[in-house]
Amino acid sequence: MFLIPNAVVRFFHRMASPPHFYAFTDKVMPWLIIIFVLLTGFGLYGGLYLAPADYQQGDSYRIIYIHVPSAWMSLFIYMVMAISGAIGLVWRIKLAEIVAISSAPIGASFTFIALFTGSLWGKPMWGTWWVWDARLTSELILLFLYLGVIGLYGAIDDKRVASKAVAILALVGVVNIPIIHYSVEWWNTLHQGPTVTKMDKPSIHISMLIPLLLMALSFKFYYLIALIQRIRIELLQRERNAQWVKTKVLEQN
Amino acid sequence: MSLFYAFLAIIKRDLLLAVRRRTEIANPLLFFILVITLFPLGIGAQPHLLQAIAPGIIWVSALLAAMLSLDSLFRSDFDDGSLEQILLSPYPTSILVLAKIIAHWLVTGLPLLIVAPLLAVFLGMPTQSLGVLLLTLLLGTPVLSLIGAIGVALTVGLRRGGMILSLLVLPLYVPVLIFAGNAVEMAGSGLPVDAQINILISMLCLSLVLAPWPTAAALKMSVN
Repeated sequence: MFLIPNAVVRFFHRMASPPHFYAFTDKVMPWLIIIFVLLTGFGLYGGLYLAPADYQQGDSYRIIYIHVPSAWMSLFIYMVMAISGAIGLVWRIKLAEIVAISSAPIGASFTFIALFTGSLWGKPMWGTWWVWDARLTSELILLFLYLGVIGLYGAIDDKRVASKAVAILALVGVVNIPIIHYSVEWWNTLHQGPTVTKMDKPSIHISMLIPLLLMALSFKFYYLIALIQRIRIELLQRERNAQWVKTKVLEQN
Repeated sequence: MSLFYAFLAIIKRDLLLAVRRRTEIANPLLFFILVITLFPLGIGAQPHLLQAIAPGIIWVSALLAAMLSLDSLFRSDFDDGSLEQILLSPYPTSILVLAKIIAHWLVTGLPLLIVAPLLAVFLGMPTQSLGVLLLTLLLGTPVLSLIGAIGVALTVGLRRGGMILSLLVLPLYVPVLIFAGNAVEMAGSGLPVDAQINILISMLCLSLVLAPWPTAAALKMSVN
């Protein structure tokens, strides 16, 4: 812990307490929304208007500004879910448990959007809505993993116990994700390889890359906004007998 | 009593219980055979077609049979309270859980291996892939039991855990299905299958070491 400045440690300690978190998010939320709207506006303007059409795919490639960021988010959110689940298991921090379970439906939606836009894109380009390709199949399995997490959480009545169960399941899934990924990759592949994350030089033109990165960033902010909203609701439900919730409700009226 | 004796005692107890309740052994086996007989009836009895998809059919059926038999792993122990006794014992839960999984595999997984050659003949599989089929089943079904144990441990406390269990466990079974099915298919065309077999062995080693931990943690959570 000696590597982390004291102020940061204190900040996290305060955030772990529900009333502080609630008050803090009240203040931050408008800023997050402003940043999200700006990023999305610039990203979409750059992607749909400024960026040139692709010489092979014409204008239909522009779906990547939704497809690729949501595919990135689907993996990113799973990692967030597993890590915060592990934190909840080890240190029994209530807020970490809530972050884990609140991430699951958002992650599932992003996975679904990635699959859906991918199949819309696949129809004109590959001539088919669906192929049993490595990327598509592992993304579909990722969706099932998310649905398993959501289903398990819903099936257990005691929510503290349910959070633990979900954390264990998410961690087992993390071990399996690389295995699933490589097994389907060796099994069958049609989806194009990575173009942005190539270390030497991205094989995508800069005028297309910048809007793509802006959209990726705006999706991160969207996730943050949606996550905070879900956490606030979950907090109010779980802490409905606490004093701070009572004063909050009285203030609102 | 040392840990090793406790380990053996649990295996012995579970095997004895299984012998007394023979339906537990027969049910997954019958299910395995029935599902495989359904395929020729459903898709027509052309020998070439059946021969081509035989590895996939046998492996998918084995996977479903393994999944159906999972519920008996902790169910009766959970109901009569012996699971709590296991958790309260001074020995590490993960080792005792491993003993239960091994006993369960001996009762439900091993019989699949014995009937598999018969079913392979049913579907007209080439004889040179028979050995590979048995090898993949020998390596793959323990992995199914080990991974499945995590899912059962998470859902054993629930009244209606069956549907949830398949949602939790089947996505995690995918790698085993891919490599095992692929190995049997390759062997049918006379190609080498060392790579797939090695990967299955490594999966077995990994799950043998890693799976008992989350299973034990999930059981502690479920019994609470």
